[in-house]
Order: sequence, then C-alpha cells, then structure tokens
Amino acid sequence: MSGARVVLLGGTKGIGRAMARILSQRGDRVLLLGRDVDDLERSAADLAVRSGAAAILSARCDLADPSTFAGAIAHAEEVLGGIDRVVVTAADFATQEELEATPDRALALCAINFSHTVAFCEHARAALARAGGGVLCVFSSVAGERGRTPVVIYGASKAGVTAYLEGLDHRFRRDGLRTVCVKPGFVHTSMTAGLKPPPFAGEAEQVAAMAIKGMDRGTPVVFAPSIWRWVMLVIRNIPRFVMRRIGF
Amino acid sequence: MLGGWGNLMHPGREVTDERIERLTDGAVLCRGLGRSYGDSALPPPGVLDVATTIKADRFLSFDDRTGELTVEAGARLHDVIWAFLGRGWFVPVTPGTAYVTVGGMVAADVHGKGHHKNGCFGAHVTHLLLRTADGRMVRCGPNKEAQLFDATVGGMGLTGHLHAVTFRMQRVPSPWIYQESERVDNLAAFLEGLRAAAAAWPYTMGWIDCLSTGDAMGRGVLYRGRWATPEEAGRRKTPRPKARVSVPFSFPNWALNRLSIKVFNALIYRGHVPRAKRGVVHPSDFFHPLDKILRWNRIYGSRGFTQYQCVLPRAVGSQGVHRFFERLTQLGGASFLCVIKDCGPQSRSLLSFPMEGISIALDIAINGQTQTIVDALNREVVELGGRIYLAKDAFTQRADFEAMEPRLSRFSAVRRRYDPALRIRSRQSARLLDPADAPATVHSSNHRGVDSPDGPQGGTR
Ligand SMILES: Cc1cc2nc3c(=O)[nH]c(=O)nc-3n(C[C@H](O)[C@H](O)[C@H](O)COP(=O)(O)OP(=O)(O)OC[C@H]3O[C@@H](n4cnc5c(N)ncnc54)[C@H](O)[C@@H]3O)c2cc1C
Ligand SMILES: NC(=O)c1ccc[n+]([C@@H]2O[C@H](COP(=O)([O-])OP(=O)(O)OC[C@H]3O[C@@H](n4cnc5c(N)ncnc54)[C@H](OP(=O)(O)O)[C@@H]3O)[C@@H](O)[C@H]2O)c1
Repeated sequence: MSGARVVLLGGTKGIGRAMARILSQRGDRVLLLGRDVDDLERSAADLAVRSGAAAILSARCDLADPSTFAGAIAHAEEVLGGIDRVVVTAADFATQEELEATPDRALALCAINFSHTVAFCEHARAALARAGGGVLCVFSSVAGERGRTPVVIYGASKAGVTAYLEGLDHRFRRDGLRTVCVKPGFVHTSMTAGLKPPPFAGEAEQVAAMAIKGMDRGTPVVFAPSIWRWVMLVIRNIPRFVMRRIGF
Repeated sequence: MLGGWGNLMHPGREVTDERIERLTDGAVLCRGLGRSYGDSALPPPGVLDVATTIKADRFLSFDDRTGELTVEAGARLHDVIWAFLGRGWFVPVTPGTAYVTVGGMVAADVHGKGHHKNGCFGAHVTHLLLRTADGRMVRCGPNKEAQLFDATVGGMGLTGHLHAVTFRMQRVPSPWIYQESERVDNLAAFLEGLRAAAAAWPYTMGWIDCLSTGDAMGRGVLYRGRWATPEEAGRRKTPRPKARVSVPFSFPNWALNRLSIKVFNALIYRGHVPRAKRGVVHPSDFFHPLDKILRWNRIYGSRGFTQYQCVLPRAVGSQGVHRFFERLTQLGGASFLCVIKDCGPQSRSLLSFPMEGISIALDIAINGQTQTIVDALNREVVELGGRIYLAKDAFTQRADFEAMEPRLSRFSAVRRRYDPALRIRSRQSARLLDPADAPATVHSSNHRGVDSPDGPQGGTR
C-alpha cells in the first residue's frame, strides 16, 4: 500500500531510519516522532530530499516521558489528516551486567520498553481506530521468546511487548486493527555496536524491508532474518533443565 | 584488524555513530566506506580507533533550481545517484565504484571518466562543513577560508573531519548512456584515440592488456560515452539499481596468476567483436561495472593486493608512456586490470591527484616482489615528472613521494596551521607526510587514542 499515512517512533537511527527511507521513497507519507527535535528535523529533511516530496513536520515524543504521547499523536493526526499505520522501533538497550549494576537503569529500561510503549500504543490504537483500523507495527525481539542468561531484563521487557501485541490482535482484529510484532535477531546497528555478532547477524535495511512486507500483508509475527523463526522454534522447546545446563 | 580495499591488514577498529558531531569528537581520523586501496583510511601506528562515517548518511537539502545538494559526509554515492537519476540529475563526477561516501570523494578529490571535461569532484563543491583538530566547526569553500578548502579537497582527511558537503548536481537529458567502444591494437593508437575522443565526448577511458608486448603493447579496448538523448533512450523505463552477486570467500592465493590473467585479458580483447560497438547502456554498466560483484577484492586471496595509479604529464608524449609500460613488462608486473585515462588540467587543490596527461592504474597482487615493483615504477614516474594517487597507495616510499610532490610544503603549512600538534593523522600520513617528531605512539587504551579537544564545539560523549 503506497501513499499511506505513517507515524514512526524511532526513525532517527538503525532499523527505523531504514524503514522510513523505504516507505517515503515508495510514496508513503512518513511523520517522524522522537526525542530530539533538531535531530528529527534533519531526519525529516533526509526523507524529503531522498524522496523528492515535501518535508513533513515531526514532533517530540520521548518514550521516557509519557506526557508527550497524546500531543505527539494529535500532532500527527492533524498534519497527516488521519493515521493509517503506526510503527514503533524506538527502544532502550543495555547489557545485563549494566542493568544489574544499576537498578534505576533497569527500571528505566523496563518503563521505556514495556509500560511506556504500551501507553504510547494505546494512544496510537485509538488514532488508528478513528481512521478505520490500520496497522500497528511494534518491534519486540527474539530475546523475548525465552528467559536467557545474557538478556534477563531486556528480554523480559520484550516478552511483555510480544504478549501485549498478541492480546491486541485477538481483541481488536474484528475492528480492523492489524498488529505486526517484529522479532529481530542480532542486527548491526548502534544498539549492538561493540557487541560481538553471533551467527545470522542481519542488516538494518534487510530487517526494515521484512517488517514493511509484514505490514503490507498484515503478518502478525515477523522473525527477521527469517532463519530465527526456526532457531526460536527449537529454543522454545528446549526443556528448562537443559537450558540451565548450557547456560544459554 | 582493519584494511583498505586491497585487504592489507593492520591494527584498527571502526567506531560508528549516526550523530556525526559525537562521532568525530576527539577522533584521530575519519573513514568512509574503505574503498581506498591502501592505508589512507587506517589509523596511524599506536592508535586503534577510526571514526567511520557510514551511519552519518543523511541528505540535508536540495535546491532544484541550482542543483545544489547538501549531505552528511557519510552519505553513499550509490544512494545519491539512485535518488536523483529518475528526477533528471546526476553527480558531476563519479569514481569507478558507487560504494564510496561523499566525504571520501572530497578527501580524495576523486576523478572519473569525465575528468578531461568536468575536472575532479572538488571543482563542484561549493561548501564544506569541517571539524578541525581543535574541535571547532569551520565552514569553507572556494571563496571562504579558501586555503583550508584547497588543502581539504584531496587532503586525505588530514585537515579535519568533514561533517557535511554541498556540491552541484548536473542535469542529464535521459537516465541512459550512449556508449561506443572499440578495439585498439597498440599504445600509440590508444593515446591518439583517447585524445581524439576527449574533444567530442564527455566520458572516455580505456582498458589495456598490459601483458601484451612488442608491437601489440598497449592493445585494449577504448570506451567513450555521453548521456543518451530522450530519442535514443526511447521507451526504456528509468533504469533501476543492478542486483549484485557476492564473492563468498577469499580465493586461494594462486588463483590469479600470470596465466589466468593472460587468458582473461585475451578474452576481453578478442571477445570484443565486432571491432567497434555502439549502443545505449545502463549507467551502472558504464560507470561502475565492477559494482555488480560484491567484495570482488577477494579474488586476490588472503595476501591482498594493491593498486598502482600514476599520472604522466602530457609533455612526455607517447614515448614516455611507452617507456613506463616497457618497464612494467620487464618487471613482470602481471596486472588483472589496467585502466588508462586522459586527464585534463590539474585543479587548485593542493594534493589533488590528476594533472594534464595520462593516468594509468594497475592492480598488483601482493607478494615478495611488490615493493620492488612499486619502487621501480616510482623511479620512472619521478623521472617523467608524474605523480601517484594517494587513495590507491600503500607502498610508496617517502623520498619518492617528496620527489613527485613539489606542492607538499604548501599543503603541510596549511595542515600545520590548523593542526599544529598533528592530532589528525593516518597510517598513510605517518608513512609519507608527518615529520619525524610527530606523536608516534599514543596510549591505545584511550577510547579515541588522543585526548578530546576542548574547543567550543567539543561534544558531549
Ligand atoms: C573499484 C574501485 C574503483 C575506483 N575508481 C576510482 C576512480 O575512478 N577515480 C578515483 O578518483 N578514485 C577511484 N577509486 C578510489 C575511491 O574513489 C577513493 O579511494 C575514495 O576516497 C573512497 O571513498 P570512501 O568513502 O571509501 O573513503 P575511505 O577509503 O574510507 O577513505 C578515503 C580517504 O578519505 C578520508 N575520509 C573519508 N571520510 C572522511 C570525512 N568524513 N572527513 C575527512 N576525511 C574523510 C579518509 O581519511 C581517507 O584518507 C576507486 C576505488 C575502487 C574500490
Ligand atoms: N539491533 C538489534 O540487534 C535488535 C535485535 C532485536 C530487537 N531489536 C529491536 O529493534 C528495534 C530497533 O532497534 P535498532 O537496532 O534500530 O536501534 P537503534 O539503532 O538504537 O535505534 C533506536 C531508535 O529508538 C530511538 N529511541 C531510543 N530511546 C528513545 C526514547 N526514550 N524516546 C524516543 N525514541 C527513542 C532512538 O532515537 P535517538 O536518535 O534519539 O537515540 C533511535 O531512533 C528496537 O525495538 C530494538 O529493541 C534490535
């Protein structure tokens, strides 16, 4: 579907930046939300210059600050004249060691990745409903599939997002809402800079293209790169005592 | 470990960031897509980190009346080309690959098939936004801080870190290329053919079989091209980027040898039937034929390779060029690719490579002979009054470089003025340019290798 009115939270970097470029270059109208207004403006200009369309006025929306959510969605509805799709790639990441060292940091991450993300999506869902249904695409992670040693807290925050999106699907599909839960494996972006890439590491552009295909088709769960679907099928079925043994 | 396109590895580590002001804060050197062959995009000995700009790749503004485009330094040429070709614009200069950053194009002041007509990339740059070694942000251009501008264009990253580049795009009548190519039997005919083509065609270059000797020395294929008219393009749709295939692993070191290269070269030459061809071609096939093969540099195996590129002044005539090829043949310098190009006048930039004359570029697999070959070729180049291209070089010795570069002292004076402590350096500058008293080793445990400058724009890492 091209010409869609899309709101994207997290388009200044990584997978979100790649999605914003693909969408605007195919003719969608992409409005960016994010936490740094100057940087957002540069990213909005990037989309405009690359696509040849006029720049779309972005707005501040900080996942650490829920008081910004309602205003950001209202701004987007006004500028775009209604919203067909909402994408959330924004999220926080820190290693398990960093989070254990500072409980406040763990609290902030859980808030940004889970409770505030849910609150933002509730605003977004209402706006999508006003335009007749729409697509809500949120980035979770393969880390949310199973409790694992290196990502205890981050993984738990993503497991929450996965469960929330599945629940929304069951509850609102009849009303026309399509939810897309994207579960990337390791992707080379700033989020993972400095970490050692495991096998099957992906690129932002590749994951972005798969997420967009998922939105176009209304696929409820997208593993990216797709090999992770099969890897996770195995991992979900490993008995707990074995998981404990392999310290995975 | 980190290498240039020639895969010669040295200690090094890439740091990236979308925010270029954070990325270059305290950086010793910037790096783009690493398409320079040698050591120009590698940190100097004793430093580990280079600031790789490829995530700082936003397009910032475009004026469709003047064609002025401003991009962050890490923007990929490939993206620029494909965002604009369908709208009737093309870059004024492109090197032989589109997988370079605009920052790298400025730093090497790249040239292309149109050099005789369009000059180097720097001639089309109107503004640069640069972070100098003291951390300050400086705007420069041909009429503003002009000395800094002239040292930065072609200055291989040594005058400061480029944040943004503004340059003028050119209008094209269609997105397709009209190309003619022709088999040429020897060197004299080749040089004549290039000269003649330069008068009438905006793009020219030639490929030479440098294993052919005697009367056939310098045989090859000459290419000339221009943008197709809308009539010639006919009903063809706007071209799309070409799909790429990858070389999945490094070839064994013996795969490219004198024999296999001979066979390859003969195939290209003899395979060019009829003798002359013409027609409308895809712009990537014309400008970036090697880009179809991802990581083609792996065919040289784990030892890597180097490219030797020099330019010989017009005054040496065809005898001078002949002498160079004869020397190459004596040295047994088997080369898979040899590209020859007719260059226009030298630009105002202080270290820009091209000069009026003939440029010759050869790939050479690295083995025990490489240093000897490069030294011997450099001796010819010095005697003939030519010079080598820093973006390709990894083996030239300092004395030879100094003998080729009377412009060096002017460059070094400007560099010193903006960076008296020589905080910005590369492995190449340590080899060829930096005075012996330059900081040789800095503690590599420090994230950036040197202390952060505390200039007014010093970032907030
Ligand atoms: C197949 C192939 C064909 C080529 N054909 C041509 C050709 O026809 N003509 C030609 O001129 N060149 C050619 N080149 C060379 C290439 O164009 C140059 O080496 C170019 O500089 C590479 O750009 P990059 O982004 O990869 O830069 P890198 O190789 O990463 O860096 C090159 C230099 O630019 C500096 N630099 C990069 N970014 C910045 C920045 N932001 N600020 C300051 N300095 C910076 C680096 O310090 C380094 O000195 C070719 C290379 C290949 C691999
Ligand atoms: N990369 C991976 O390996 C990987 C693996 C699995 C899942 N994921 C998930 O995929 C999604 C995208 O990841 P990525 O790799 O593209 O990340 P990224 O490159 O770090 O980009 C993150 C984006 O989120 C924004 N953001 C961060 N915190 C924010 C906040 N408090 N408020 C508003 N925006 C905020 C950032 O904006 P600023 O520019 O302001 O920082 C940036 O645009 C995330 O949900 C991530 O958890 C990634």
